[in-house]
Amino acid sequence: MAEQPKTAEPARARLSPRKKQQISRGIQYAILAVLLVGVILYADWGSLAQNFAKGEVAREALPDLFTIALRNTIIYAVGGFVFSFVLGLVLALMRLSQVLPYRWIAILYIEIFRGLPALLIFLLITFLPLALPGFEVPFGTYGQGILGLGLVGSAYQAEVFRAGLQAVPKGQIEAARSLGMSAFRAQLTVVIPQAVRMVIPPTTNQFVALLKDSSLVLFLGVSGEYVELAKFGNDLASQFANATPIMVAGVTYLIVTIPLGYLASRLEGRKGGTR
Amino acid sequence: MTHAIELRDLHKHFGKNEVLKGIDMTVDPGQVVCVIGPSGSGKSTLLRCVNLLETPTRGKVFVEGVEVTDPDVDIDAVRRRIGMVFQQFNLFPHMTVLENVMIAQRRVLKRSKKEAEAVARENLEKVGVGAKCDALPGQLSGGQQQRVAIARALAMNPDLMLFDEPTSALDPELVGDVLTVMRKLAEEGMTMMVVTHEMGFARQVADRVVFMDGGVIVEDGPSSQVIGDPQHERTRTFLHRVLHPED
Repeated sequence: MAEQPKTAEPARARLSPRKKQQISRGIQYAILAVLLVGVILYADWGSLAQNFAKGEVAREALPDLFTIALRNTIIYAVGGFVFSFVLGLVLALMRLSQVLPYRWIAILYIEIFRGLPALLIFLLITFLPLALPGFEVPFGTYGQGILGLGLVGSAYQAEVFRAGLQAVPKGQIEAARSLGMSAFRAQLTVVIPQAVRMVIPPTTNQFVALLKDSSLVLFLGVSGEYVELAKFGNDLASQFANATPIMVAGVTYLIVTIPLGYLASRLEGRKGGTR
Repeated sequence: MTHAIELRDLHKHFGKNEVLKGIDMTVDPGQVVCVIGPSGSGKSTLLRCVNLLETPTRGKVFVEGVEVTDPDVDIDAVRRRIGMVFQQFNLFPHMTVLENVMIAQRRVLKRSKKEAEAVARENLEKVGVGAKCDALPGQLSGGQQQRVAIARALAMNPDLMLFDEPTSALDPELVGDVLTVMRKLAEEGMTMMVVTHEMGFARQVADRVVFMDGGVIVEDGPSSQVIGDPQHERTRTFLHRVLHPED
């Protein structure tokens, strides 16, 4: 074969990859700077501060922000969480049951309550007394809010549990059964405890979702001592014709949700470490 | 005399795949029977049919004279008398070693906590992991885990024990500890049916060796004969491959 001509030269004429990268990065910084300057010059900072971060209005929110609003948010979220944890586990077990109608019921439930907007469920709950004369959700507004969150949350939690139950190796059931445990006993002592441990991280995320969805209690027409963060912020905002209370409520949500989010991802990282 | 295990014309299909094609065999009380054969020959399925972890498609299984394939039989009660040890140990990872050995005693045999713990410690001591009571299974070596699994089965005071390739998942240097425990059990007169690839163990410990291939029993006889002087060509080929893998 004839000797190849040297071909290293042509690349020289163009920019090296490193140079190209530098230029590209420079352009990105330039765009960012232009946007920032634009926002700073365009926005009316005084007016924004007046409407979204007004000190006097923010002070009005205390101490009820924590003693009533946050407390109620936590009551709704924890209540809805307990509800959805229990019902979710039952639904997951039904979903995996040998009995076909159980599977159907569970699938139907899960599909409906995951498919509907949570808001719709809350609106429907307000019509329950009309539909069922004489029926009252126990614990009043708390009961209604917890019912709404629980109905929706359990559909999601059921799928979380299903994944966990299916992730327990088949050999675990075989070992339990070969020791003479009944199918029910094997589920109870061997499968469910392992499944619950496995789903702790996604379940934490579910709790965060419920905490945020508790703002839908707003649509139950609550008032006074039953208000949670969103309603509380909204009411104060109307009263002062100022958005600051909504911002304050938002920050309060973040104080709870961000640490929980970190907790969930930490738990996720640790998963499997003990195995 | 009633057989400890009796299999009559046992068939098992998985879909269209016929894994067992008519098995007849017995295990007598106090006997140690090793089942050997190439992978896919149906030996694990056969073993799992004894305590009905697999439901036979056709045929009957008797354990101590009771037909366990009878739909009316209380299978949980039968399984209580049959200890089983798995290739993958299948310890409960969320419980300590001690709890693993206690849980079925407590929940199934309804023993008191004190009694269950005493029995558990005694059996863990016997298999040489008495010092590991408070460890979680994940903290133990494979050999230790398998010995805990044996202790867990023994704690139920079974009449017979099934072993499904108990050393196949172990590092080579840990196989010996498990085999030693099994040998001790055999010497104590435990009835054992063992699916294994450990020819040395089969030859020295088993009263009988059953060679399976393609879903049927090819050869069934005293261990010295089946391993030392096999009568069938298929047995000879298999043993040659196992004992001289590099030929």
